[in-house]
Amino acid sequence: MSSINPGLILVIGAVLVPLLPQTLRRWYLLALPVVGFIQVHTLADGTSVTMDMLGMTLEVLRVDGLSRVWGYIFNIAAFLSMLFAWHDKDTMQQVSAPIYAGAAIGAVFAGDLVTLFVYWELTAISSVFLIWASRTERAYKTGMRYLLIQVGSGVILLAGVLLWYAKTGSIDFGKIGIGTLAGNLIFIAFGIKCAFPLLHNWLQDAYPEATVTGTVVLSAFTTKLAVYALARGFAGTEVLIYVGATMTAFPIFYAVIENDLRRVLAYSLNNQLGFMVVGIGIGTELSLNGTASHAFSHILYKALLFMSMGAVLFRTGTCKGSELGGLYKSMPWTTGFCIVGAASISAFPLFSGFVSKSMIMTAAAADHRWFVWGVLLFASAGVFHHSGIKIPYFAFFAHDSGKRVKEAPWNMLLAMGLTAFLCIFIGVYPKALYDILPFPVDYVPYTTAHVITQLQLLMFSALAFTVLMLYKIYPPELKSTNLDTDWFYRKLFPCVLGWGGSVIRKVDRMIREEALTVLGDLTAMIERQHGDGAPISKTMQAGTMALIVLSILFLFLIVTLIA
Amino acid sequence: MSEHTPNVHDPKKYWLDDPKNVRKVIIALFVVCAGLFAADAFYHKHPHFAAEEWFGFYAIYGFVMCVGLVLAAKLMRVFLMRDEEYYDKNE
Repeated sequence: MSSINPGLILVIGAVLVPLLPQTLRRWYLLALPVVGFIQVHTLADGTSVTMDMLGMTLEVLRVDGLSRVWGYIFNIAAFLSMLFAWHDKDTMQQVSAPIYAGAAIGAVFAGDLVTLFVYWELTAISSVFLIWASRTERAYKTGMRYLLIQVGSGVILLAGVLLWYAKTGSIDFGKIGIGTLAGNLIFIAFGIKCAFPLLHNWLQDAYPEATVTGTVVLSAFTTKLAVYALARGFAGTEVLIYVGATMTAFPIFYAVIENDLRRVLAYSLNNQLGFMVVGIGIGTELSLNGTASHAFSHILYKALLFMSMGAVLFRTGTCKGSELGGLYKSMPWTTGFCIVGAASISAFPLFSGFVSKSMIMTAAAADHRWFVWGVLLFASAGVFHHSGIKIPYFAFFAHDSGKRVKEAPWNMLLAMGLTAFLCIFIGVYPKALYDILPFPVDYVPYTTAHVITQLQLLMFSALAFTVLMLYKIYPPELKSTNLDTDWFYRKLFPCVLGWGGSVIRKVDRMIREEALTVLGDLTAMIERQHGDGAPISKTMQAGTMALIVLSILFLFLIVTLIA
Repeated sequence: MSEHTPNVHDPKKYWLDDPKNVRKVIIALFVVCAGLFAADAFYHKHPHFAAEEWFGFYAIYGFVMCVGLVLAAKLMRVFLMRDEEYYDKNE
């Protein structure tokens, strides 16, 4: 047990799931992440297990402060999402979810790039089933797009790893850095899964199409695994600061006008990743602690928000802002838990986001990056605006849709309740989180100035929302699709390909028709010469032949005589 | 997916159904905001940047940026919004 990668507990454990009866299966699925968590906890820092394969030394297990944080939170997230999915008897999801979670955990404890690659691809392949499990034509197509991009990230990673090995002779997963082709390829592979700007759209495309429970699972692992990989390989890479700052800002514009509330959450997920990426780019102990702690609290509140919207979808059959409203009357507990998630992502004092995001903000300020800091502050206000207010407001309050449904099932409420508890616990007692961070923490979140300035920022954002609502300036929720980068590969490329195809078809047709006419003319000519009754193929009588030959001989005689 | 029961008759009156109470919530928000704005006079800041020292900087920044965000997003709708089945048509 001591030398097993904790991820394998879930991956191998998942294989047995179909053999168990449903009643046992649920308990078993809950037990897997518990065992995984204990395994992470018992592994000592510095543990390393190597294995020789094909002349390479693979480090299949490596434990240090950074991987431990992710190991803990990934197991917690797996447990909470299994509990949220307790009612669901879909074998496809019951197998793919633990494999996916286990693969992400396995990747976190991978000491070398080849092992990382194997788990990296496994997360892609296992997670797509959570989308396909919706079993609609739309989900099938979305899943195919998702899979292409995810596997593509893996292929780029593999190319980078091979070049890196050729260059350095080592496959150790440590600091990589950009500047070399190998480094850049690995950087892009990580960047795709981390939803960098312009590489991001698979996230907003795919997550809202997954099942009620599938989205909760998806929200936790892929992108945060990418954050972990960036933190290990590219800490202190300057460009990440700007990439991250862009990520915090641009998705929130989309979030404001998006109607599908799970897609709004996908945009805000993207925005929160930006904070973590900025933390990695700054690369100081404070900022990296900030990234790790923010990943930890983010996984919880984001799961909580997706759970609450999942519960709404489960009960009402829709997650569109234009069709919802007034649900607080029939789903009061879900409303309450959603508000806790909203307060946490908005970084209200006493909620988890307050103690983690501020470390990154402080690190940016301490680095005298006023512009980046300003963008992050804007994004902080914006995230409250679209996630903190918009999500609970349009789902549970706003205009009463008249929908009266049952409260969410007990298992969903329990999962949301536990997650909400953790969000508040971290906010109230940050030391519990700070103690497991990779570097010693010398940061005090609760100062008078921090609490008041943060409250000012948030309450005045709320004021802006209220004023815009009162004056009816706020854009109403409309049934719509908003164009994002997926337009290029869902509309433009098919269009260009279609147009190119039609041009090629036309030219091809012209050439063929021309060739046919030429051939036709040729056969007609041959027909004229050699056809039935044509001069060449005429049959003649023997007498006629003899006469012709005689005439020729006679002519020959005369010519000879004259000459 | 279960329980599609739109527009059922719900005789129960909720506290927020009364516009007067919604007004109370809004007034409470205004009061809280005013209080927070005034609070800037009563504590010592540890600013990293000069702008942070301006009176009520965070409050003004939060308000202005959020209004800007919403107006910009509204403008984006003009260019980016399509109907719901946009991608389903000839994919």
